[in-house]
Amino acid sequence: MNPALPLWLVPALPLAGFLACGLLGKKLGKSFVTAAGVGSVGLATAVAYARLLPFFSGDHAPVVERIGPWITAGGFSADLAMRLDPLSALMTSFVTFVGFLIHVYSVGYMRHDETEAGYARYFAYLNLFMFSMLTLVLAQNFVLMFVGWEGVGLCSYLLIGHYYERQYAADAGKKAFVVNRIGDFGFLLGMFGLFSLFDSLDFDRVFGSAAADPAKYAPFLTVVCLCLFLGAVGKSAQVPLYVWLPDAMAGPTPVSALIHAATMVTAGVYMVARCNVLFRLAPEAMGVVAVIGAITAIFAGIIAVAQNDIKKVLAYSTVSQLGYMFLACGVGAYVAGMFHVLTHAFFKACLFLGSGSVIHAMGGEQDMRRMGGLKSKLPVTYWTFLIATLAIAGIPPLAGFFSKDAILAGVFEHERYVLWGIALFTAGLTAFYMFRLVSLTFEGSFRGTGEQEHHLHESPPSMTAPLVVLAVLSFTGGWIGLPRVFGEGADRFTAFLSPILLPLASAEEKAEHALSNGTEWLLMAVSVAAAVAGLLLARSWYVRRSGRPAEAIAASFPAAYALVAEKFRVDELYDALVVRPFDWLARMLWKVVDVLIIDGILNAGAFLVELAGDLLRFLQTGNVRNYALTLFLGLVGLLLLVIGFGT
Amino acid sequence: MIGGIPLGDALLASGALFLVGLAGALLRRSAISIFLSIEVMMNAANLALIGYGSALGTREGQIVVFFVIAIAAAEASVGLAIFVALFRHKETIDVNKINLLKW
Repeated sequence: MNPALPLWLVPALPLAGFLACGLLGKKLGKSFVTAAGVGSVGLATAVAYARLLPFFSGDHAPVVERIGPWITAGGFSADLAMRLDPLSALMTSFVTFVGFLIHVYSVGYMRHDETEAGYARYFAYLNLFMFSMLTLVLAQNFVLMFVGWEGVGLCSYLLIGHYYERQYAADAGKKAFVVNRIGDFGFLLGMFGLFSLFDSLDFDRVFGSAAADPAKYAPFLTVVCLCLFLGAVGKSAQVPLYVWLPDAMAGPTPVSALIHAATMVTAGVYMVARCNVLFRLAPEAMGVVAVIGAITAIFAGIIAVAQNDIKKVLAYSTVSQLGYMFLACGVGAYVAGMFHVLTHAFFKACLFLGSGSVIHAMGGEQDMRRMGGLKSKLPVTYWTFLIATLAIAGIPPLAGFFSKDAILAGVFEHERYVLWGIALFTAGLTAFYMFRLVSLTFEGSFRGTGEQEHHLHESPPSMTAPLVVLAVLSFTGGWIGLPRVFGEGADRFTAFLSPILLPLASAEEKAEHALSNGTEWLLMAVSVAAAVAGLLLARSWYVRRSGRPAEAIAASFPAAYALVAEKFRVDELYDALVVRPFDWLARMLWKVVDVLIIDGILNAGAFLVELAGDLLRFLQTGNVRNYALTLFLGLVGLLLLVIGFGT
Repeated sequence: MIGGIPLGDALLASGALFLVGLAGALLRRSAISIFLSIEVMMNAANLALIGYGSALGTREGQIVVFFVIAIAAAEASVGLAIFVALFRHKETIDVNKINLLKW
């Protein structure tokens, strides 16, 4: 341990960067913002790794560092405390590192298109996001976690609306915020439930009490876990609250990479994994998690097939992959879920940054139908993108293969064969739509305007360097968690996370569910076959026959194709079912309750007073003698009164 | 008892004087007449004070009367100054014509 580098420095440095960029950035210019924004995250990454490397090689014992008391109210107290255990260490390792890479990339991506103020604002919010995300993962209690949870939601809103002068970006930000709030409401309710059960929101105490006396708490935990999961559904864009994530692509592309692919959206998975002790005691809630995850995976995968906007495809792919992670958590394969979080962070960040590089080269064009043949013009982008695509498709030996295989094996192991079938089909679908994307973008001949073609150029080194690093990680990142068939102890990832993620699974349970080597090899072969089938189909349709088979299918089922291309019209459904009734209700409350009733009562009172004044003012004649007479009459009246009472 | 006049008589005289003053104040239109009528009412009050004072055998009634006389003198000067100022503006001191402060 290195007591000289306390854990709180890790979130505090980006916070300092946020303050520096936000308060001084506009005045001191872009060079200062670059130094402060990227430097603070770089330093935070260095500090984090100075703590993480000894932790990884050490005994992995959880470390809690209490900074001080924070909230004390009656029987409730929450500390400002940071926690370093295998789970938070894993999250911190890639949040800081991928975050740093994306900061570097942002310099190249944003520098020339932005005003001084816009550039400073962008980096300020990006730093604030890093602060919130690191608070979220390092928190030692639910309350501090919630601070980070809300903070990332806020930053997401601010960054989606970065191009706020465009109406749709502002609307997308608002949508993300509102939908996230629905989830946060569930998370809050879950927290209240936990506090009423355990009288504490400290992780150690909650999980300790739950594990110590499962029978006492289990009946209540289903509801609590479902509430917590609602929070995760909102944050991690699961059915039915996924609608904000595709719209979130209105933000700058590095933001999509950092927040809406690699880090923030995995917060829900992290939270469910963090609460695995509770979820294990609530099998019904776990079932819901698994089913929602599977539905999301296939639903978003199908939508992704028919999208033409390069970022929309990646967005739906993210939703789909998040569904995978929840599916893993839901069947109890938490380790596999977290493994996919890690590898997904690498290859999805790489894909998004690659798409950013493409969009940059195309001068803002996002429609894949106007791209094509970019392979020769953007070689670095192409190769890194291809590696990340192979990784997400699950082609061995790239990272995505191992994590996806772990999930598929986990689902199979727990005998959820229907879910396994869905997951397998989604794997093939993923390979298909990702290679459709690659083929449309990089293969064939250029379909844009001559001006765009003239403009095509490879991105600057500050953008390609992160791509290369992420591509290398997308390639190799899976090797830390080789399946057991490669020998006992090959799966260092499971060994590392087991103390946190499998405390309740007994040795017998593990043995009972463990698959034989033969089955495992077979499962691997099947998942690779699905991926390769998707890949080859996409290549044959879109490269060799330039998309004609797809057009033919779309033409023969126009209604079905339109339904998918229009994202199953879920937005329209929500618009009709939720947005418009609420709009109507709000208008009712405004026009009828507020204007008519509340204002009406107030105005009636004022009108009566005014009327009385209007009538009574005629007593004010201006003639002094009238007043004197009134005075006299008053005097007489008083005298009579006194005399009357006197007798 | 003022020099043998009974209290009742003094109060009767005071009341009569007050009513005379009141009638003047309510009926006259000239501001100076009204002013003089108010003085009469004030002196009716003085008379009542003296009457009670001597009936009770104390000096306080007479002392208060001296205060009233002194203040009435001061008030007279202020009142007359107002009338002069009013006359300069309106060229009249008829109170019926000085009625700007109304609805």
